Amino acid sequence: MENKKDTLILAIESSCDETAASVVKNGRTVLSNIISSQIDLHKLYGGVVPEIASRKHIEKINQVIQEALDAAGVTLDDLDAVGVTYGPGLVGALLVGVAEAKAISFAKDLPLVGVHHIEGHISANYIENLDLEPPFLCLVVSGGHTHLVIVKDYGEFQILGRTRDDAAGEAFDKVARAIGLGYPGGPKIDRLSKEGDPYAIDFPKAKVDEAPYDFSFSGVKSAVLNHLNKCRMQGLPIKEADIAASFQRSVVEVLTEHAIAAAKDYHINKLAIAGGVASNSTLRAAMEKACRENQIQFYHPSPVFCTDNAAMIGVAAYYEYLKGTRHGWDLNAVPNLKLGER
Amino acid sequence: MKILAIDSSGLVASVAVAQDDTLVAEFTMNYKKTHSQTLLPMLEEVKKAIQLDLGSIDAIAVAAGPGSFTGLRIGSATAKGLGLALQKPLIAVPTVEALAYNLYDTGEDTVICPIMDARRNQVYTGIYCFREHRLETLKQQDAVPMEELLEALNAMGKTVIFLGDGVPVYREQIEENCRVPYTFAPAHLNRQRAAAVAALGEIYYKEGKIQTAAEHAPDYLRVSQAERERAQRLGKTDHA
Repeated sequence: MENKKDTLILAIESSCDETAASVVKNGRTVLSNIISSQIDLHKLYGGVVPEIASRKHIEKINQVIQEALDAAGVTLDDLDAVGVTYGPGLVGALLVGVAEAKAISFAKDLPLVGVHHIEGHISANYIENLDLEPPFLCLVVSGGHTHLVIVKDYGEFQILGRTRDDAAGEAFDKVARAIGLGYPGGPKIDRLSKEGDPYAIDFPKAKVDEAPYDFSFSGVKSAVLNHLNKCRMQGLPIKEADIAASFQRSVVEVLTEHAIAAAKDYHINKLAIAGGVASNSTLRAAMEKACRENQIQFYHPSPVFCTDNAAMIGVAAYYEYLKGTRHGWDLNAVPNLKLGER
Repeated sequence: MKILAIDSSGLVASVAVAQDDTLVAEFTMNYKKTHSQTLLPMLEEVKKAIQLDLGSIDAIAVAAGPGSFTGLRIGSATAKGLGLALQKPLIAVPTVEALAYNLYDTGEDTVICPIMDARRNQVYTGIYCFREHRLETLKQQDAVPMEELLEALNAMGKTVIFLGDGVPVYREQIEENCRVPYTFAPAHLNRQRAAAVAALGEIYYKEGKIQTAAEHAPDYLRVSQAERERAQRLGKTDHA
Protein backbone atom coordinates (compact mmCIF):
# COMPACT_ATOMS: atom_id res chain seq x y z
CA MET A 1 0.00 0.00 0.00
CA GLU A 2 1.26 3.42 -0.93
CA ASN A 3 1.10 6.23 1.59
CA LYS A 4 -1.46 8.80 0.50
CA LYS A 5 1.08 11.59 0.59
CA ASP A 6 3.28 9.77 -1.89
CA THR A 7 3.48 11.05 -5.44
CA LEU A 8 3.45 8.31 -8.05
CA ILE A 9 4.44 9.00 -11.62
CA LEU A 10 4.21 6.72 -14.62
CA ALA A 11 6.97 7.59 -17.07
CA ILE A 12 7.32 6.62 -20.71
CA GLU A 13 10.44 6.86 -22.87
CA SER A 14 10.67 6.04 -26.59
CA SER A 15 13.11 8.58 -28.02
CA CYS A 16 15.43 6.13 -29.72
CA ASP A 17 15.59 2.33 -29.73
CA GLU A 18 14.40 1.40 -26.24
CA THR A 19 10.73 1.22 -25.36
CA ALA A 20 10.63 1.91 -21.64
CA ALA A 21 8.17 2.55 -18.84
CA SER A 22 8.63 3.04 -15.13
CA VAL A 23 6.77 3.95 -11.98
CA VAL A 24 8.66 6.32 -9.67
CA LYS A 25 7.65 7.27 -6.12
CA ASN A 26 8.42 10.76 -4.81
CA GLY A 27 11.04 11.31 -7.47
CA ARG A 28 13.65 9.11 -5.85
CA THR A 29 12.28 5.61 -5.47
CA VAL A 30 12.04 3.47 -8.60
CA LEU A 31 9.19 1.01 -8.14
CA SER A 32 9.65 -0.51 -11.59
CA ASN A 33 11.89 0.02 -14.58
CA ILE A 34 10.97 -1.93 -17.70
CA ILE A 35 13.11 -1.61 -20.83
CA SER A 36 12.44 -3.40 -24.09
CA SER A 37 15.56 -3.01 -26.20
CA GLN A 38 15.51 -3.29 -29.97
CA ILE A 39 19.26 -3.45 -30.31
CA ASP A 40 19.34 -6.84 -32.04
CA LEU A 41 17.03 -5.58 -34.78
CA HIS A 42 19.17 -2.55 -35.52
CA LYS A 43 22.45 -4.49 -35.47
CA LEU A 44 21.56 -5.78 -38.94
CA TYR A 45 21.76 -2.22 -40.22
CA GLY A 46 24.81 -1.02 -38.28
CA GLY A 47 22.78 1.60 -36.43
CA VAL A 48 19.30 2.61 -35.40
CA VAL A 49 16.81 2.69 -38.29
CA PRO A 50 14.16 5.27 -37.31
CA GLU A 51 11.21 3.64 -39.10
CA ILE A 52 11.98 0.21 -37.64
CA ALA A 53 12.39 1.76 -34.18
CA SER A 54 9.01 3.51 -34.46
CA ARG A 55 7.29 0.30 -35.56
CA LYS A 56 8.74 -1.66 -32.67
CA HIS A 57 7.72 1.00 -30.18
CA ILE A 58 4.08 0.78 -31.20
CA GLU A 59 4.14 -3.02 -30.98
CA LYS A 60 5.68 -3.09 -27.51
CA ILE A 61 4.49 0.02 -25.72
CA ASN A 62 1.31 -1.22 -24.02
CA GLN A 63 3.02 -4.39 -22.87
CA VAL A 64 5.93 -2.42 -21.42
CA ILE A 65 3.61 0.02 -19.62
CA GLN A 66 1.49 -2.79 -18.20
CA GLU A 67 4.60 -4.59 -16.98
CA ALA A 68 5.82 -1.40 -15.31
CA LEU A 69 2.47 -0.97 -13.51
CA ASP A 70 2.32 -4.63 -12.50
CA ALA A 71 5.91 -4.74 -11.28
CA ALA A 72 5.28 -1.62 -9.19
CA GLY A 73 2.07 -3.15 -7.84
CA VAL A 74 -0.01 -0.14 -8.83
CA THR A 75 -2.82 0.65 -11.25
CA LEU A 76 -3.39 3.78 -13.29
CA ASP A 77 -5.86 4.88 -10.60
CA ASP A 78 -3.01 5.20 -8.08
CA LEU A 79 -1.04 7.64 -10.22
CA ASP A 80 -0.58 11.38 -9.75
CA ALA A 81 0.83 12.19 -13.18
CA VAL A 82 2.16 10.78 -16.42
CA GLY A 83 5.61 11.84 -17.59
CA VAL A 84 6.92 11.33 -21.10
CA THR A 85 10.02 12.16 -23.13
CA TYR A 86 9.05 14.60 -25.86
CA GLY A 87 12.51 15.44 -27.16
CA PRO A 88 15.18 15.41 -28.31
CA GLY A 89 15.27 12.18 -30.27
CA LEU A 90 13.91 10.48 -33.37
CA VAL A 91 10.63 12.21 -34.14
CA GLY A 92 8.71 9.09 -35.21
CA ALA A 93 9.92 7.21 -32.16
CA LEU A 94 9.13 10.06 -29.78
CA LEU A 95 5.63 10.43 -31.24
CA VAL A 96 4.64 6.92 -30.15
CA GLY A 97 5.42 7.61 -26.50
CA VAL A 98 3.93 11.09 -26.62
CA ALA A 99 0.63 10.00 -28.22
CA GLU A 100 0.37 7.05 -25.84
CA ALA A 101 1.12 9.14 -22.74
CA LYS A 102 -1.33 11.82 -23.80
CA ALA A 103 -4.11 9.29 -24.38
CA ILE A 104 -3.53 7.64 -21.00
CA SER A 105 -3.48 10.91 -19.08
CA PHE A 106 -6.49 12.17 -21.05
CA ALA A 107 -8.50 9.02 -20.32
CA LYS A 108 -7.54 8.98 -16.63
CA ASP A 109 -7.72 12.75 -16.18
CA LEU A 110 -4.09 12.91 -15.00
CA PRO A 111 -1.63 15.79 -15.35
CA LEU A 112 0.76 15.35 -18.28
CA VAL A 113 4.40 16.30 -17.85
CA GLY A 114 6.65 16.39 -20.91
CA VAL A 115 10.29 15.71 -20.10
CA HIS A 116 13.53 16.60 -21.87
CA HIS A 117 15.49 13.42 -22.54
CA ILE A 118 18.78 14.89 -21.28
CA GLU A 119 17.10 16.25 -18.16
CA GLY A 120 16.12 12.63 -17.65
CA HIS A 121 19.70 11.38 -18.03
CA ILE A 122 20.94 13.98 -15.55
CA SER A 123 18.15 13.08 -13.12
CA ALA A 124 19.22 9.42 -13.21
CA ASN A 125 21.86 10.47 -10.68
CA TYR A 126 19.16 11.22 -8.07
CA ILE A 127 17.99 7.61 -7.99
CA GLU A 128 20.91 6.06 -6.17
CA ASN A 129 22.42 9.19 -4.63
CA LEU A 130 19.80 10.37 -2.19
CA ASP A 131 22.16 13.06 -0.89
CA LEU A 132 22.65 14.60 -4.33
CA GLU A 133 20.88 17.88 -4.83
CA PRO A 134 21.56 20.85 -7.10
CA PRO A 135 23.73 22.71 -7.68
CA PHE A 136 26.22 20.33 -9.29
CA LEU A 137 28.11 19.90 -12.52
CA CYS A 138 27.05 17.15 -14.91
CA LEU A 139 28.78 15.66 -17.92
CA VAL A 140 26.18 14.11 -20.23
CA VAL A 141 27.69 11.68 -22.72
CA SER A 142 25.63 9.44 -24.97
CA GLY A 143 25.22 8.37 -28.59
CA GLY A 144 23.44 11.59 -29.42
CA HIS A 145 24.66 14.09 -26.84
CA THR A 146 27.79 15.51 -25.24
CA HIS A 147 27.00 18.31 -22.83
CA LEU A 148 28.77 19.85 -19.88
CA VAL A 149 26.03 21.38 -17.76
CA ILE A 150 25.66 23.16 -14.45
CA VAL A 151 22.49 21.91 -12.80
CA LYS A 152 21.57 25.09 -10.95
CA ASP A 153 18.34 23.78 -9.55
CA TYR A 154 15.91 20.98 -10.43
CA GLY A 155 15.07 21.58 -14.08
CA GLU A 156 17.36 24.61 -14.36
CA PHE A 157 20.47 24.31 -16.43
CA GLN A 158 23.40 26.35 -17.62
CA ILE A 159 25.12 24.70 -20.56
CA LEU A 160 28.87 25.33 -20.39
CA GLY A 161 29.95 23.20 -23.32
CA ARG A 162 28.73 20.87 -25.99
CA THR A 163 30.14 18.95 -28.92
CA ARG A 164 30.76 20.84 -32.12
CA ASP A 165 30.37 17.74 -34.29
CA ASP A 166 30.02 14.09 -33.28
CA ALA A 167 28.65 13.09 -29.90
CA ALA A 168 31.09 11.03 -27.84
CA GLY A 169 28.99 7.88 -28.23
CA GLU A 170 28.71 8.49 -31.95
CA ALA A 171 32.51 8.56 -32.20
CA PHE A 172 32.65 5.24 -30.34
CA ASP A 173 30.14 3.76 -32.79
CA LYS A 174 31.98 5.02 -35.86
CA VAL A 175 35.38 3.83 -34.65
CA ALA A 176 33.91 0.48 -33.65
CA ARG A 177 32.51 0.09 -37.14
CA ALA A 178 35.85 1.07 -38.72
CA ILE A 179 37.74 -1.60 -36.79
CA GLY A 180 35.07 -4.20 -37.44
CA LEU A 181 33.50 -4.44 -33.98
CA GLY A 182 29.96 -3.63 -35.08
CA TYR A 183 27.09 -1.88 -33.35
CA PRO A 184 26.71 -0.67 -30.63
CA GLY A 185 30.30 0.48 -30.42
CA GLY A 186 30.61 1.78 -26.86
CA PRO A 187 30.56 -1.44 -24.86
CA LYS A 188 32.60 -3.26 -27.51
CA ILE A 189 35.41 -0.70 -27.48
CA ASP A 190 35.31 -0.63 -23.69
CA ARG A 191 35.79 -4.40 -23.59
CA LEU A 192 38.46 -4.63 -26.32
CA SER A 193 40.42 -1.73 -24.82
CA LYS A 194 41.22 -3.82 -21.79
CA GLU A 195 43.44 -5.98 -24.02
CA GLY A 196 45.18 -3.05 -25.69
CA ASP A 197 47.81 -0.43 -24.89
CA PRO A 198 46.17 2.99 -24.45
CA TYR A 199 49.50 4.68 -25.21
CA ALA A 200 50.27 2.67 -28.37
CA ILE A 201 49.03 5.40 -30.70
CA ASP A 202 48.84 9.11 -29.98
CA PHE A 203 45.47 10.22 -31.32
CA PRO A 204 44.74 13.96 -31.13
CA LYS A 205 42.68 15.58 -28.38
CA ALA A 206 40.84 18.37 -30.11
CA LYS A 207 40.40 21.67 -28.31
CA VAL A 208 37.90 24.19 -29.56
CA ASP A 209 39.36 27.69 -29.74
CA GLU A 210 37.68 30.28 -27.51
CA ALA A 211 35.36 27.62 -26.07
CA PRO A 212 37.29 25.74 -23.38
CA TYR A 213 34.39 23.47 -22.44
CA ASP A 214 33.27 22.52 -25.92
CA PHE A 215 34.14 19.17 -27.47
CA SER A 216 35.05 17.93 -30.92
CA PHE A 217 35.30 14.25 -31.68
CA SER A 218 35.37 14.18 -35.47
CA GLY A 219 39.14 14.82 -35.42
CA VAL A 220 40.01 11.78 -33.34
CA LYS A 221 37.60 9.68 -35.41
CA SER A 222 39.32 10.82 -38.63
CA ALA A 223 42.72 10.15 -37.07
CA VAL A 224 41.65 6.55 -36.41
CA LEU A 225 40.47 6.17 -40.01
CA ASN A 226 43.75 7.67 -41.28
CA HIS A 227 45.73 5.34 -39.07
CA LEU A 228 43.82 2.35 -40.47
CA ASN A 229 44.47 3.54 -44.03
CA LYS A 230 48.14 4.05 -43.34
CA CYS A 231 48.46 0.54 -41.89
CA ARG A 232 46.73 -0.93 -44.92
CA MET A 233 48.82 1.05 -47.42
CA GLN A 234 52.08 0.14 -45.73
CA GLY A 235 51.05 -3.42 -45.07
CA LEU A 236 51.42 -2.98 -41.31
CA PRO A 237 49.37 -5.13 -38.93
CA ILE A 238 46.19 -3.50 -37.59
CA LYS A 239 46.09 -3.91 -33.83
CA GLU A 240 42.43 -3.36 -33.03
CA ALA A 241 42.83 -3.55 -29.26
CA ASP A 242 45.57 -0.90 -29.29
CA ILE A 243 43.51 1.34 -31.56
CA ALA A 244 40.44 0.95 -29.35
CA ALA A 245 42.40 1.63 -26.16
CA SER A 246 44.24 4.62 -27.61
CA PHE A 247 41.09 6.12 -29.11
CA GLN A 248 39.25 5.64 -25.84
CA ARG A 249 42.08 7.25 -23.86
CA SER A 250 41.94 10.31 -26.10
CA VAL A 251 38.17 10.71 -25.66
CA VAL A 252 38.17 9.95 -21.92
CA GLU A 253 41.02 12.39 -21.24
CA VAL A 254 39.26 15.23 -23.03
CA LEU A 255 35.98 14.54 -21.23
CA THR A 256 37.69 14.34 -17.85
CA GLU A 257 39.92 17.37 -18.34
CA HIS A 258 37.04 19.57 -19.47
CA ALA A 259 34.79 18.47 -16.63
CA ILE A 260 37.42 19.00 -13.94
CA ALA A 261 38.42 22.37 -15.40
CA ALA A 262 34.81 23.53 -15.36
CA ALA A 263 34.30 22.31 -11.78
CA LYS A 264 37.38 24.27 -10.67
CA ASP A 265 36.54 27.40 -12.68
CA TYR A 266 32.99 27.50 -11.32
CA HIS A 267 33.94 26.33 -7.81
CA ILE A 268 31.60 23.37 -7.89
CA ASN A 269 32.54 20.43 -5.71
CA LYS A 270 30.01 17.93 -7.02
CA LEU A 271 30.41 16.30 -10.40
CA ALA A 272 28.05 13.75 -11.94
CA ILE A 273 28.11 11.84 -15.22
CA ALA A 274 25.10 10.65 -17.17
CA GLY A 275 24.10 9.06 -20.47
CA GLY A 276 24.99 5.79 -22.18
CA VAL A 277 28.73 6.50 -22.33
CA ALA A 278 28.69 7.12 -18.57
CA SER A 279 28.75 3.36 -18.11
CA ASN A 280 32.13 3.18 -19.88
CA SER A 281 34.46 1.69 -17.27
CA THR A 282 37.53 3.69 -18.29
CA LEU A 283 35.61 6.97 -18.18
CA ARG A 284 34.25 6.15 -14.75
CA ALA A 285 37.66 5.22 -13.40
CA ALA A 286 39.28 8.33 -14.85
CA MET A 287 36.56 10.64 -13.51
CA GLU A 288 36.66 8.99 -10.11
CA LYS A 289 40.43 9.42 -9.89
CA ALA A 290 40.41 13.01 -11.13
CA CYS A 291 37.61 13.94 -8.75
CA ARG A 292 39.45 12.37 -5.80
CA GLU A 293 42.62 14.27 -6.66
CA ASN A 294 40.69 17.53 -6.80
CA GLN A 295 38.47 17.03 -3.74
CA ILE A 296 35.36 16.82 -5.85
CA GLN A 297 32.50 14.50 -4.91
CA PHE A 298 31.85 12.15 -7.85
CA TYR A 299 28.40 10.77 -8.72
CA HIS A 300 27.34 8.29 -11.36
CA PRO A 301 24.28 6.13 -12.01
CA SER A 302 24.39 2.34 -12.30
CA PRO A 303 24.64 1.16 -15.92
CA VAL A 304 20.92 0.32 -16.04
CA PHE A 305 20.14 3.99 -15.35
CA CYS A 306 22.81 5.23 -17.80
CA THR A 307 21.20 3.60 -20.80
CA ASP A 308 17.92 5.03 -22.05
CA ASN A 309 15.28 4.17 -19.46
CA ALA A 310 12.01 5.57 -18.17
CA ALA A 311 12.94 5.67 -14.48
CA MET A 312 15.12 8.71 -15.13
CA ILE A 313 12.22 10.31 -16.99
CA GLY A 314 9.98 9.63 -14.00
CA VAL A 315 12.48 11.32 -11.68
CA ALA A 316 12.76 14.38 -13.93
CA ALA A 317 8.98 14.44 -14.35
CA TYR A 318 8.53 14.46 -10.58
CA TYR A 319 10.62 17.59 -10.11
CA GLU A 320 8.94 19.25 -13.10
CA TYR A 321 5.57 18.24 -11.62
CA LEU A 322 6.51 19.89 -8.31
CA LYS A 323 7.46 23.06 -10.19
CA GLY A 324 4.03 23.07 -11.81
CA THR A 325 5.05 22.02 -15.33
CA ARG A 326 1.95 20.75 -17.16
CA HIS A 327 1.56 20.02 -20.84
CA GLY A 328 -1.63 20.14 -22.88
CA TRP A 329 -3.20 17.58 -25.19
CA ASP A 330 -1.44 19.32 -28.05
CA LEU A 331 1.99 18.28 -26.77
CA ASN A 332 4.11 17.39 -29.79
CA ALA A 333 7.37 15.54 -30.19
CA VAL A 334 10.24 18.00 -30.57
CA PRO A 335 13.19 16.19 -32.13
CA ASN A 336 15.68 19.03 -31.49
CA LEU A 337 14.34 20.21 -28.13
CA LYS A 338 16.85 22.38 -26.25
CA LEU A 339 17.73 21.65 -22.66
CA GLY A 340 15.85 23.96 -20.30
CA GLU A 341 13.13 24.70 -22.87
CA ARG A 342 9.50 24.09 -21.94
CA MET B 1 -23.28 0.01 -28.36
CA LYS B 2 -20.99 3.01 -28.38
CA ILE B 3 -17.89 3.28 -30.52
CA LEU B 4 -15.18 5.91 -30.48
CA ALA B 5 -13.44 6.09 -33.85
CA ILE B 6 -10.16 7.70 -34.92
CA ASP B 7 -8.64 8.22 -38.35
CA SER B 8 -5.29 9.97 -38.78
CA SER B 9 -4.02 7.84 -41.66
CA GLY B 10 -3.71 10.69 -44.16
CA LEU B 11 -3.97 14.46 -44.26
CA VAL B 12 -7.36 14.30 -42.55
CA ALA B 13 -7.64 14.10 -38.78
CA SER B 14 -11.02 12.75 -37.75
CA VAL B 15 -12.70 11.69 -34.52
CA ALA B 16 -16.23 10.32 -34.18
CA VAL B 17 -18.58 8.81 -31.64
CA ALA B 18 -21.37 6.54 -32.89
CA GLN B 19 -24.05 4.87 -30.84
CA ASP B 20 -25.90 2.03 -32.56
CA ASP B 21 -27.17 3.53 -35.84
CA THR B 22 -26.65 7.14 -34.78
CA LEU B 23 -23.62 9.30 -35.35
CA VAL B 24 -23.49 11.36 -32.15
CA ALA B 25 -20.50 13.50 -33.06
CA GLU B 26 -17.85 13.79 -35.70
CA PHE B 27 -14.95 16.22 -35.91
CA THR B 28 -13.06 16.10 -39.19
CA MET B 29 -10.33 18.44 -40.33
CA ASN B 30 -8.37 18.45 -43.55
CA TYR B 31 -6.18 21.41 -42.92
CA LYS B 32 -2.59 20.88 -41.83
CA LYS B 33 -0.96 17.63 -41.06
CA THR B 34 -0.05 18.08 -37.42
CA HIS B 35 -2.06 15.15 -36.10
CA SER B 36 0.11 14.93 -33.01
CA GLN B 37 -1.09 18.39 -32.02
CA THR B 38 -4.67 18.23 -33.29
CA LEU B 39 -6.04 14.73 -32.76
CA LEU B 40 -6.36 14.64 -28.97
CA PRO B 41 -7.59 18.26 -28.64
CA MET B 42 -10.25 17.33 -31.23
CA LEU B 43 -11.27 14.36 -29.11
CA GLU B 44 -11.43 16.61 -26.07
CA GLU B 45 -13.72 19.01 -27.96
CA VAL B 46 -15.99 16.12 -28.90
CA LYS B 47 -15.95 14.81 -25.34
CA LYS B 48 -16.92 18.20 -23.93
CA ALA B 49 -19.53 18.93 -26.61
CA ILE B 50 -21.48 15.71 -26.10
CA GLN B 51 -20.60 15.27 -22.41
CA LEU B 52 -19.04 11.95 -23.29
CA ASP B 53 -18.26 9.62 -20.43
CA LEU B 54 -15.23 7.78 -21.80
CA GLY B 55 -16.05 4.81 -19.60
CA SER B 56 -19.30 4.28 -21.49
CA ILE B 57 -17.49 3.43 -24.72
CA ASP B 58 -17.63 -0.22 -25.77
CA ALA B 59 -14.71 -0.19 -28.15
CA ILE B 60 -12.23 2.07 -29.92
CA ALA B 61 -12.11 1.77 -33.70
CA VAL B 62 -9.02 3.01 -35.48
CA ALA B 63 -8.09 3.34 -39.14
CA ALA B 64 -5.31 0.80 -39.04
CA GLY B 65 -3.55 1.30 -42.34
CA PRO B 66 -2.42 1.78 -44.93
CA GLY B 67 -1.49 5.46 -44.79
CA SER B 68 1.22 7.81 -43.64
CA PHE B 69 3.42 5.70 -41.34
CA THR B 70 3.66 8.46 -38.76
CA GLY B 71 -0.02 9.38 -39.06
CA LEU B 72 -1.01 5.76 -38.53
CA ARG B 73 1.15 5.51 -35.45
CA ILE B 74 -0.29 8.67 -33.90
CA GLY B 75 -3.81 7.25 -34.32
CA SER B 76 -2.70 3.83 -33.21
CA ALA B 77 -0.80 5.01 -30.10
CA THR B 78 -3.75 7.23 -29.17
CA ALA B 79 -6.16 4.29 -29.52
CA LYS B 80 -3.79 2.00 -27.63
CA GLY B 81 -3.38 4.50 -24.80
CA LEU B 82 -7.14 4.95 -24.55
CA GLY B 83 -7.68 1.20 -24.71
CA LEU B 84 -5.12 0.58 -21.98
CA ALA B 85 -6.50 3.29 -19.70
CA LEU B 86 -10.18 2.51 -20.26
CA GLN B 87 -9.65 -1.25 -20.54
CA LYS B 88 -11.58 -1.40 -23.79
CA PRO B 89 -10.92 -3.46 -26.92
CA LEU B 90 -9.71 -2.01 -30.19
CA ILE B 91 -11.16 -2.54 -33.65
CA ALA B 92 -8.60 -2.30 -36.46
CA VAL B 93 -10.47 -1.02 -39.51
CA PRO B 94 -8.54 -1.17 -42.80
CA THR B 95 -8.17 2.41 -44.02
CA VAL B 96 -9.11 1.77 -47.65
CA GLU B 97 -12.17 -0.22 -46.66
CA ALA B 98 -13.32 2.58 -44.35
CA LEU B 99 -12.90 5.05 -47.21
CA ALA B 100 -15.09 2.85 -49.41
CA TYR B 101 -17.68 2.79 -46.64
CA ASN B 102 -18.12 6.54 -47.02
CA LEU B 103 -20.51 5.39 -49.77
CA TYR B 104 -23.46 3.01 -49.47
CA ASP B 105 -25.51 0.69 -51.68
CA THR B 106 -23.96 1.93 -54.88
CA GLY B 107 -25.52 -0.82 -56.99
CA GLU B 108 -24.21 -4.10 -58.38
CA ASP B 109 -22.88 -2.58 -61.58
CA THR B 110 -20.72 -0.07 -59.75
CA VAL B 111 -17.46 -0.57 -57.92
CA ILE B 112 -15.88 1.76 -55.36
CA CYS B 113 -12.19 2.43 -55.74
CA PRO B 114 -10.50 4.51 -53.04
CA ILE B 115 -7.00 5.62 -54.00
CA MET B 116 -4.48 7.06 -51.58
CA ASP B 117 -1.22 8.52 -52.79
CA ALA B 118 1.44 6.05 -51.65
CA ARG B 119 4.39 7.84 -53.33
CA ARG B 120 6.96 5.86 -55.30
CA ASN B 121 4.43 5.78 -58.19
CA GLN B 122 2.02 3.64 -56.24
CA VAL B 123 -1.40 4.01 -54.70
CA TYR B 124 -2.90 2.31 -51.69
CA THR B 125 -6.12 1.00 -53.09
CA GLY B 126 -8.71 -1.75 -53.11
CA ILE B 127 -11.86 -2.48 -55.10
CA TYR B 128 -15.21 -2.79 -53.35
CA CYS B 129 -18.89 -3.08 -54.14
CA PHE B 130 -22.16 -3.39 -52.25
CA ARG B 131 -24.13 -6.60 -52.40
CA GLU B 132 -27.29 -7.04 -50.34
CA HIS B 133 -26.44 -3.82 -48.45
CA ARG B 134 -23.06 -5.16 -47.39
CA LEU B 135 -19.65 -3.90 -48.39
CA GLU B 136 -17.87 -6.64 -50.31
CA THR B 137 -14.17 -6.72 -51.10
CA LEU B 138 -13.40 -7.50 -54.75
CA LYS B 139 -9.72 -6.71 -54.43
CA GLN B 140 -7.93 -6.52 -51.07
CA GLN B 141 -6.24 -3.26 -50.14
CA ASP B 142 -2.67 -3.13 -51.38
CA ALA B 143 0.04 -0.82 -52.68
CA VAL B 144 0.01 -1.06 -56.49
CA PRO B 145 1.06 1.08 -59.49
CA MET B 146 -1.82 3.15 -60.89
CA GLU B 147 -1.48 1.44 -64.32
CA GLU B 148 -2.04 -1.95 -62.72
CA LEU B 149 -5.14 -0.69 -60.91
CA LEU B 150 -6.59 0.83 -64.08
CA GLU B 151 -6.01 -2.42 -65.99
CA ALA B 152 -7.91 -4.32 -63.30
CA LEU B 153 -10.78 -1.83 -63.36
CA ASN B 154 -10.94 -1.89 -67.18
CA ALA B 155 -11.05 -5.69 -67.08
CA MET B 156 -13.95 -5.65 -64.60
CA GLY B 157 -15.99 -3.52 -66.99
CA LYS B 158 -18.08 -1.84 -64.27
CA THR B 159 -18.68 1.80 -63.44
CA VAL B 160 -16.08 3.10 -61.00
CA ILE B 161 -16.45 5.68 -58.23
CA PHE B 162 -13.01 7.05 -57.34
CA LEU B 163 -12.27 8.78 -54.06
CA GLY B 164 -9.37 9.52 -51.75
CA ASP B 165 -6.38 11.85 -51.71
CA GLY B 166 -4.92 10.01 -54.72
CA VAL B 167 -7.62 11.48 -56.97
CA PRO B 168 -6.03 14.92 -57.45
CA VAL B 169 -2.66 13.26 -57.98
CA TYR B 170 -3.82 10.69 -60.57
CA ARG B 171 -6.84 12.43 -62.09
CA GLU B 172 -5.18 12.96 -65.49
CA GLN B 173 -4.00 9.40 -65.69
CA ILE B 174 -7.52 8.18 -64.88
CA GLU B 175 -9.05 10.46 -67.50
CA GLU B 176 -6.60 9.21 -70.12
CA ASN B 177 -6.59 5.50 -69.39
CA CYS B 178 -9.84 4.52 -67.71
CA ARG B 179 -11.94 2.72 -70.36
CA VAL B 180 -14.98 2.15 -68.17
CA PRO B 181 -17.47 4.79 -67.00
CA TYR B 182 -16.20 6.54 -63.88
CA THR B 183 -17.00 9.37 -61.51
CA PHE B 184 -15.33 11.11 -58.60
CA ALA B 185 -17.01 11.25 -55.18
CA PRO B 186 -17.89 14.76 -53.94
CA ALA B 187 -16.17 16.76 -51.21
CA HIS B 188 -18.18 15.48 -48.25
CA LEU B 189 -17.47 11.83 -49.09
CA ASN B 190 -14.06 11.72 -50.70
CA ARG B 191 -11.64 11.70 -47.75
CA GLN B 192 -11.15 9.69 -44.57
CA ARG B 193 -13.98 10.11 -42.08
CA ALA B 194 -14.05 8.63 -38.61
CA ALA B 195 -17.81 8.20 -38.94
CA ALA B 196 -17.20 5.52 -41.56
CA VAL B 197 -14.54 3.93 -39.36
CA ALA B 198 -17.07 3.82 -36.52
CA ALA B 199 -19.88 2.38 -38.65
CA LEU B 200 -17.65 -0.27 -40.19
CA GLY B 201 -16.09 -0.81 -36.78
CA GLU B 202 -19.46 -1.73 -35.35
CA ILE B 203 -19.90 -4.41 -38.01
CA TYR B 204 -16.40 -5.75 -37.28
CA TYR B 205 -17.16 -5.74 -33.57
CA LYS B 206 -20.31 -7.78 -34.07
CA GLU B 207 -18.32 -10.25 -36.16
CA GLY B 208 -15.93 -10.59 -33.23
CA LYS B 209 -13.06 -8.90 -35.05
CA ILE B 210 -11.57 -7.14 -32.04
CA GLN B 211 -8.09 -6.89 -30.55
CA THR B 212 -6.64 -6.01 -27.20
CA ALA B 213 -5.01 -2.59 -27.07
CA ALA B 214 -1.69 -4.31 -26.40
CA GLU B 215 -1.75 -6.47 -29.53
CA HIS B 216 -2.87 -3.75 -31.91
CA ALA B 217 -0.36 -2.32 -34.42
CA PRO B 218 -0.93 -0.62 -37.77
CA ASP B 219 -0.87 -2.59 -40.99
CA TYR B 220 1.46 -0.49 -43.14
CA LEU B 221 1.25 -2.74 -46.23
CA ARG B 222 4.90 -1.92 -46.75
CA VAL B 223 8.15 -2.75 -45.04
CA SER B 224 10.47 0.11 -44.10
CA GLN B 225 12.86 1.50 -46.67
CA ALA B 226 15.84 0.05 -44.80
CA GLU B 227 14.32 -3.43 -44.83
CA ARG B 228 13.41 -3.14 -48.51
CA GLU B 229 16.92 -2.05 -49.46
CA ARG B 230 18.47 -4.74 -47.34
CA ALA B 231 16.28 -7.39 -48.97
CA GLN B 232 17.29 -6.07 -52.40
CA ARG B 233 20.97 -6.19 -51.45
CA LEU B 234 20.68 -9.72 -50.14
CA GLY B 235 18.65 -10.74 -53.17
CA LYS B 236 21.35 -9.43 -55.47
CA THR B 237 24.08 -11.23 -53.55
CA ASP B 238 22.10 -14.45 -53.78
CA HIS B 239 21.84 -14.20 -57.55
CA ALA B 240 25.40 -13.03 -58.09
